[in-house]
Amino acid sequence: MNLNFTPEEESFRAEVRAFLAAELPADTREKLSTGRRLTRDDMLNWQKILHRRGWGAGMWPKRFGGQEWNVVQQHIFDEECATANAPPQIPFAVKMVAPVLMAFGDAAQQEYFLPRILSGEHWWCQGYSEPGSGSDLASLRTRAVRDGDDYLVTGQKTWNTLGQYADWIFCLVRTQTEGRPQEGISFLLIDMKTPGITVRPIITIEGEHEVNDIFFDHVRVPMRNRVGEENKGWTYAKFLLSHERTNTAGIGNCKRALARLKQVAATRLVSGRPLLADVRFRDRIARVELELRALEITNLRVLSAMSGEGRAPGPEVSALKIKGSEIVQELAELHMHALGPAALAYRADAANVPGEYFNLRKTTIYAGSTEIQKNIISKLVLGL
Amino acid sequence: MDFRYTDEQLALQDTLQRWISRDYDFERRRSLSRSERGYSPEAWAHFADLGLLALPFPEEFGGLGGNPVDLMVVMEQVGQGLLLEPYWSTVVLCGGLIRDSGPHPLQQRVLPEIAAGRMKLALAAHEEAGRYELCHVECTATRRGAGWTLSGAKTAVLDVPSADYVVVSARTAGGATDTDGISLFLVKRDAPGLTVSEYQTQFGGRAGDLRLESVVVDDAAVVGEVGKGFAVLQRAVDGAIAALCAESVGIVTALNQATLSYLKTRKQFGVPIGTFQALQHRMADMYIAAEQIRSMAIVAAVSADSEDVAERHRAIVGAKAYIGQAARFVGQQAVQLHGGMGIVEEHMVSHYFKRLTMIDLTLGDADYHLARYSDTLAA
Repeated sequence: MNLNFTPEEESFRAEVRAFLAAELPADTREKLSTGRRLTRDDMLNWQKILHRRGWGAGMWPKRFGGQEWNVVQQHIFDEECATANAPPQIPFAVKMVAPVLMAFGDAAQQEYFLPRILSGEHWWCQGYSEPGSGSDLASLRTRAVRDGDDYLVTGQKTWNTLGQYADWIFCLVRTQTEGRPQEGISFLLIDMKTPGITVRPIITIEGEHEVNDIFFDHVRVPMRNRVGEENKGWTYAKFLLSHERTNTAGIGNCKRALARLKQVAATRLVSGRPLLADVRFRDRIARVELELRALEITNLRVLSAMSGEGRAPGPEVSALKIKGSEIVQELAELHMHALGPAALAYRADAANVPGEYFNLRKTTIYAGSTEIQKNIISKLVLGL
Repeated sequence: MDFRYTDEQLALQDTLQRWISRDYDFERRRSLSRSERGYSPEAWAHFADLGLLALPFPEEFGGLGGNPVDLMVVMEQVGQGLLLEPYWSTVVLCGGLIRDSGPHPLQQRVLPEIAAGRMKLALAAHEEAGRYELCHVECTATRRGAGWTLSGAKTAVLDVPSADYVVVSARTAGGATDTDGISLFLVKRDAPGLTVSEYQTQFGGRAGDLRLESVVVDDAAVVGEVGKGFAVLQRAVDGAIAALCAESVGIVTALNQATLSYLKTRKQFGVPIGTFQALQHRMADMYIAAEQIRSMAIVAAVSADSEDVAERHRAIVGAKAYIGQAARFVGQQAVQLHGGMGIVEEHMVSHYFKRLTMIDLTLGDADYHLARYSDTLAA
C-alpha cells in the first residue's frame, strides 16, 4: 500500500507544471480563475499550444501523434491543468470521436481528421441526444436515407454542446427501422457547413448559450463519412461512451473549485470576521472536502487498477461520475451561499457565481444521469 | 502508487478468513458472547501462535515490526468475523501506546508479554463528565513517597473485564480540561482500591466502569513522562482510530455481501426483491459508500504512524468523521433492505449494525470528529 506517485510520475508532474507556468496565456488563466467563460479562440488557441509541446492528445498512440500516456499520467496532467486554471480540453474531439476513428475509422478518415483534431483546426461537437431520446438513446429517430453515394439526413439533435463553434459533428443516425432499435444505427461524420443544417440556441437556466438544437433537413453526407459498417453504429457509440468516462470524477476541477471556495470563505468578512469562522458554514466545507478526499483516493484506486491491468474503465467508473458530479454541485452551491444577498443579482458581464450553481445542475443529468449510473452499477457491478 | 496488499498481507488475510469460517462462525460467536468470559482464550492463544499479537511491535521486544497497513488487514477480518477477543484494546490501542511512549523499561516489561499472549490490557481514558474529550481528566494522581496514589472514576473502559492491566489517565497538574499535566499509569486490574463494574456492550463484548480509591502504584508504573501523557494518548488513539476504520471496512463489506445476496434470493410478488429499482439504487449507494469508506480507511492507515502530527491528526479525524457517517448509512440501509430479518437477534446483520454503531461511538463519533476536522480548516 503506497499512496505516493513514483519518482517518474512526480517528475512528469513537475514538467507539466513548468510548462503551464510558462505557456498558459495570462488572460485565459484570469478568466478561469474568476469563473468567466472562455471563447472559441481561447480554447482552440490552448489546443494549439498543447500541440506545439506534443501534448495535443497525450493518451493517443504515438503513431497518431500522441504520447501514449497511461491513465495515471493523464490524471496528473488533468489535475495540474485544473490547478493552474488551464482550460479543460474539449472532450468531443480528443477524447471521444478520435478514439472511435482510431478503432473503427478507415485510413482516409484517420489521415484527414486526426491531425486536424491535434492541431486545433477542427472543433467537433456531438449529435447523440434527440428530443425523444435522452437516457434511452437507442430510440433515436434522425433518419439517414441512401441517395446514390450519399446519405440524406433528416431529423433533430438536441443538447448539443457548443455546436455554434463546431466545424464537424459526429452523429448517430437511423439507417434501418426493422429489428432491435440498437441494430439500425450508423455513425456519421458531418461537415457543419453542409446546406440543410440549422443550429438553434437553447438558452439554459443561467442565461447562457452553451447548448443547441440542431436540425437536419435532407443534409447530404457522402458515404465515405460513415465510420465503420452501416447499422453497427451502436457498438461505436458505446465504445465512445466508455472513453468519455475517463476522468469522469473530475478531481482536478473539484479541487480547483474547493480551493476557490476556501479562499472566498477566508477573505469574505462578515462584520469584520471571516466567513470561515462561521462554524456551520465551515462544517459544510469540511464535509465536502472529506467527500472529495475519499473520491480522490477511490479514483486513484480505479486508475491504478486500470494502469496495472492495462484495461479500459469498467462499470465502477459510474460511482466516480455520481460522486464527482455531486461534489462539484455542492461546491458551487456553497460558493453561492458564501456571497449571501450579493448572490441575488444576475450579472451577465462578470463571474456569475449563482449561474454556475444553476448551470452545474446539468452534471448529474448529462453523460448518463445519476439514476442511469445507478442502473449500471446495479446491473454490471452488483449483478442485480 | 499501489493499492494492493503485499503477498504477505494477502496470506495473512487468507489465514484469518479461513480460521473465521472454520472456527468462528456466527453460532460459535453467539455462544462465546454469552459465555462468562465473553471471548475465547483458545482463539487468543491461536492469535499468539499466528504472531498477530506481536504484529505491531519492534523486533527487539519480541514483535514482528508490522506497520499500520498490516494492522488494517487484521482489523478488516476482526470486522468481518465480529471477533470478541480484545485484540484492538490490547494490541493496537494499549500496545501501541506503550510502544510509542518513548524508551522505557515498561516496553520491555509489557510488549513481549502481549506478544506471547500472556498479558491483556485496557485503556481507561474517558470520564463521564468529559464525553469524548480525552483531555477531560478529573481523576487525580498524587505523589506519595516513591509512588503515586490514584483516585477518581473512569467510564466505558472497553475489554477491562479480561484485562490484566489498565492504562489509566490521571491528572498530576493543571485544571480539569488542560492537556498539560495528564499522566498515564499502568495499573494492575486487581490492585487494591480499584473496583470494576462490569457490563456487556451493545454487540456482546465486555466493558466496565472503574472507581479508583487511593490506588497505589510505584514510579515504574508511569507510562512516558509525568505530565506529558496527553500527546502519547493522542498518538495511540490516532492509531487505534485507524484500526477502527479498517474494522468498519470489514463490516460494511460483509453487510453489502449479505444484503446483495438477500436481494437476489428473497422473493416477493413472485420475483426477487433485487429486481425493484428502488432497492437496486439503494444497494448502488451502499456499494459506493463502501468504496469511499475503504479509501478513507487507507488514508487513515498510511497516515497512522506519520511523525507529522498535524497531518496525521487531519487524516485520522477526517477518516473517522467520514466513515462514521457513511458506515451508519450502510448499516441502517442493510437493516432496512433485510426487512424484518434485519432486526432479528438471530441474524448476523443486526450484530454487524450494532458493531458499526459502537465503532462510531468509540473515541469520538462522526459529528465530534467533523468538528475537529472543520477546526483545522480555520487554523
